[in-house]
Amino acid sequence: MAKEKKVVRKKIKATGEMNRIMAEYFYELDNASKTGERKIAWCTSVGPAEILRSLGFLVHFPENHGAMLGATRMATDMIPEANALGYSPDICSYLTADVGAYVKGISPLTRAYKGIDGVPKPDVLVYNTNQCRDVQDWFAWYAKELNVPIMGVETHRGVGDVTGAHVESVASQMEALVPPLEEISGNTFDLEELKRVVALSKQCSDLWKQVLDTASNVPSPLTFYDGTIHMGPAVVLRGTQQAVDYYHLLLAEMNERIAQGEGAVEDESYRLYWEGMPIWGRLSAHSKLFSSLNTCVLASTYCNSWIFSAFDPDDPFRSMAKAYTELFIVRSDPAKERYVKTMLDFFKVDGVIYHDAKTCPNNSNCRYGMPQRIEEMTTLPFLTINGDLNDLRMISDEQTKTNIEAFVEQLEERKN
Amino acid sequence: MAKMDMDSVFVGVDVGASRTKVAVMTPERRLVGHSVEKSGTDFTATADRCLDTALRMAGAEATAITKAISTGYGRKNVSYANETRTEIGCHGKGCYFYFPFSTTIIDIGGQDNKIIKLGDDGRRISFKMNRKCAAGTGAFLEEMSPRLDIPLEEMDGLASRSTDMVKLGSFCTVFSATEVLENIRRGRKVEDIIKGLFFSVIQRVVEMDALSPKVVMTGGVVAHNPYLVKMAEEKIGRSILVPEHPQLTGAVGAALYGIGLATIE
Repeated sequence: MAKEKKVVRKKIKATGEMNRIMAEYFYELDNASKTGERKIAWCTSVGPAEILRSLGFLVHFPENHGAMLGATRMATDMIPEANALGYSPDICSYLTADVGAYVKGISPLTRAYKGIDGVPKPDVLVYNTNQCRDVQDWFAWYAKELNVPIMGVETHRGVGDVTGAHVESVASQMEALVPPLEEISGNTFDLEELKRVVALSKQCSDLWKQVLDTASNVPSPLTFYDGTIHMGPAVVLRGTQQAVDYYHLLLAEMNERIAQGEGAVEDESYRLYWEGMPIWGRLSAHSKLFSSLNTCVLASTYCNSWIFSAFDPDDPFRSMAKAYTELFIVRSDPAKERYVKTMLDFFKVDGVIYHDAKTCPNNSNCRYGMPQRIEEMTTLPFLTINGDLNDLRMISDEQTKTNIEAFVEQLEERKN
Repeated sequence: MAKMDMDSVFVGVDVGASRTKVAVMTPERRLVGHSVEKSGTDFTATADRCLDTALRMAGAEATAITKAISTGYGRKNVSYANETRTEIGCHGKGCYFYFPFSTTIIDIGGQDNKIIKLGDDGRRISFKMNRKCAAGTGAFLEEMSPRLDIPLEEMDGLASRSTDMVKLGSFCTVFSATEVLENIRRGRKVEDIIKGLFFSVIQRVVEMDALSPKVVMTGGVVAHNPYLVKMAEEKIGRSILVPEHPQLTGAVGAALYGIGLATIE
């Protein structure tokens, strides 16, 4: 019988430090939730977290919790609870998993961190629809359930070039959040404090970009799968010194790997780009599968989505508005295609994998002919995988495996 | 029993979700033995039995096997395989052996469908498998057969006698079954319903990808339902190429991979 190749995945030494600061973050939130010593805001992952931090809020990100439910493979058991409340199995499975978990009184936080009973109780819910409309519906459910104020930013969609009008519109919505947030926080808004937070977010973003860019090296020192784990601080701790310190550490390790010619995947033969949401419950399985095929999935739009190059501490509202509108997910198809083409060139990849996530049409960029257009532009082959970010019922593991193996065979044929 | 006079043979084993297929080929790429069996629940045992049958047909001993390559859903369960390849690769290789030019291959299997595009040099340009659902696969017909109380092997003949095909609109196998029941209730002829089922299979497959000028069809559904191929020809408006043993294409491709590997070694 043909033997399956045993795969040893290289560990990133900085992981321990990341786990430490993430634990600190969750315990701080839990403590505030229990004692009421600090106000807590819930924020969408690409929402105006900087404003919230500058007003003294601790910030919880439900999307991060949704991803944890996915990565721990708890989500699939939670989703039906939300379905029964009228939230369709076809909508965002972060939303349905998170709401379902709340209804069942379950959280991966209680398993990971001793003493934490669940998600922290919010004092306010703040969204930005730049990710999708689902985040608004998600937060609206909690607003009603917990009787908590909800507010947010309604973003533009299908944006080609980001214009002054887009920026003004979003910036003024962000400024309008300040008075009600001042009232809830009990603190007076301080522009200098916001500038300080935005400066930290900018540093975090720049370092995160440098970390991800190391994957352009051949062999790549990190994989997309590493990225999905190590992006944690860029999502939940941007605007803090801890995140900045952490990415200095991680960047140094990646540069050390490059100096030693050490690739994340042994004998890297093929390099791939991932477009779309991660399949959280299969990160480990897919990482091993690709490694066994000497293939490194090394870059993604997804991990790059927490790079906010436009942040400028001297002009915080307008630069945040620009950064959060330049985001890939709100752009027009031509703008997205230009972006992906640039990434494929920069990371020197051999092909692209598109994840068609059943419950995330907004971040499944393979439904309107984009893969075919990009293939025409670049001549790089592509593969579309049908799956989901959280709902494992939407995944056929065997079919995914066959598709991936066949795709790598195809890359092999092209090289020979 | 055939005379055992083969010094060297290459074996391709395609363990599909529904059927296991074995092809035995000479180093000169001549198909000398083959067999097909239901895959059942013990893939390893079925692959062993299929090999015995195919070797007997070839007149070869097991010791004559130079290389054995397995493919298909159960490719990792074949005890005598030296290596595995995906069914996508093997179907491509098998089809190019019979039709050495640029083609689009439509393989309708028991559990999945594949569309594979090959260039003039036989290299794969792209491929697609059906999504998770079984609509348009052999499983769809297998599901409908007991509902209509018609054995699978009688479907082709009945469909060919249809004069007024029933149109089934649903994308989903379960909903299609409901539509079938509705048509039975309305007294529609069974042959018209079966032709509608065949058309549904074709529709699900051709909407997967654009087809190139030359189209090849393979797989068990094609092997046992020539009328379905005729319908597909009418649907796409041109003739379709079918290899001599459409169900064996993957196994033949696997054997050819083995011959190729032995040549390199």
